[in-house]
Amino acid sequence: MTDIQYLAPTSLDEAISAYAAADGAGRILAGGTDLLVQMQAGMVEPGLIVDIKNIAELTAIEGSAESGFVIGAAVSGATLEKHPGFGEAWPGVLEGLNLIGSTQIQGRASFGGNLCNGSPAADSVPGLVAAGAVVTVQGPDGRREIAVEDVPAGPGKTNLAPGEIAVSITLPAKSAGQSDAYLRMIPRTEMDIAVVGVGVNLTMDGDTCTAARVGLGAVAPTVLRVDDAAAALVGSTLDDAALEAAAAACRAACNPIDDKRGTIAYRTRVAGVLLKRTTAIAAERAAQA
Amino acid sequence: MAKKLHISTTINGEPEEFLCAPSDTMLDVLRNELDLTGAKEGCGSGDCGACSITLDGTLVCSCLMLAAEAEGKEITTIEGMAAGETLHPLQQKFLEEAALQCGICTPGMLVAAKALLDQNPDPTETEVRFWLAGNLCRCTGYDKIVRAVMDTAAEMRGAAK
Repeated sequence: MTDIQYLAPTSLDEAISAYAAADGAGRILAGGTDLLVQMQAGMVEPGLIVDIKNIAELTAIEGSAESGFVIGAAVSGATLEKHPGFGEAWPGVLEGLNLIGSTQIQGRASFGGNLCNGSPAADSVPGLVAAGAVVTVQGPDGRREIAVEDVPAGPGKTNLAPGEIAVSITLPAKSAGQSDAYLRMIPRTEMDIAVVGVGVNLTMDGDTCTAARVGLGAVAPTVLRVDDAAAALVGSTLDDAALEAAAAACRAACNPIDDKRGTIAYRTRVAGVLLKRTTAIAAERAAQA
Repeated sequence: MAKKLHISTTINGEPEEFLCAPSDTMLDVLRNELDLTGAKEGCGSGDCGACSITLDGTLVCSCLMLAAEAEGKEITTIEGMAAGETLHPLQQKFLEEAALQCGICTPGMLVAAKALLDQNPDPTETEVRFWLAGNLCRCTGYDKIVRAVMDTAAEMRGAAK
């Protein structure tokens, strides 16, 4: 780690021009819970670190459940948890972020960092995919919006163009009868990496599901949006047949790795089980929403 | 070598200035430059909590924070916990109830436990255990630690009445 440069600009334009000028040698520092670990391990040796936490837009929480929340990409889990309205509006999105690491990690970990680190097992991403969240990114060529599920390109890789920085995450306006949930399976009881993660976002009209989105993590090179699972739920009363069809769609979407945390067969089976459990929680919440 | 950065910050309520390399962690600077060796390096990767400090009131691992990020911020460490010779109630209770063995995890446990009680004076045992899940004790002394935190909380609530 020689000749490294640290910048903490207060404007996004300044951050982008420095980051773009570093020509691939730059790294964005949000909470640092992945970046510093990678630096300590010698996995990355950045020439430039751009700390984005002094940029107001990157650490702001704007909007409301009715208008749609806009969460700065560097807002920490601890900060978002304390927000008076967010957890009630998007309990599943919040539980995905809050499941990352310990209390200490929550003091720093962010949606932007979790998403741009590109881990297939990123806990905050399936819930964002299910919510229909959109990421605002800005680079040398200006600002654009990308669906969350289109950001990861594979383990450790994103579809952000060179010089682009994730600025904020926008959640859609909430509708009546709508809520969400996130569950993950880990071999331990706390603080581990997901073997499977499922985010479900449902809109219920009485007993009937009128809209659904499903995000599935840790079972493919990227977090997935599983439209077939959502389609199996919509129009149903979340009866056993609909749940089994949705679970089967999740199993079919799996393309996982075998590792010490879980085999391919185990991850695939658990994806279906978690779909059912997460849907049940989201439905219970939607009945109150 | 990269140019050193000049950082102005506040540590345990006192203004502090230091020079650091851009890649130095806050833990490096606390221990090696400022002689604040209470925060320990356990894992260096944010898993063990032995280096816990607060940054603008939020509990963080100082091993996962660049020292340069301290600019303009307020940091508290274990060294700021006692008021002169008077121990913080958590420190006193850890002693009375022998909530430590080798002591390596203790500064991090205390800093983390204080951060909990500052925001939740009446935690359940489950809340204490979840809150401290990022602080590892290799002597396996968790029960005494959790009990000491619960007893301190009860005592501080009693004193506040």
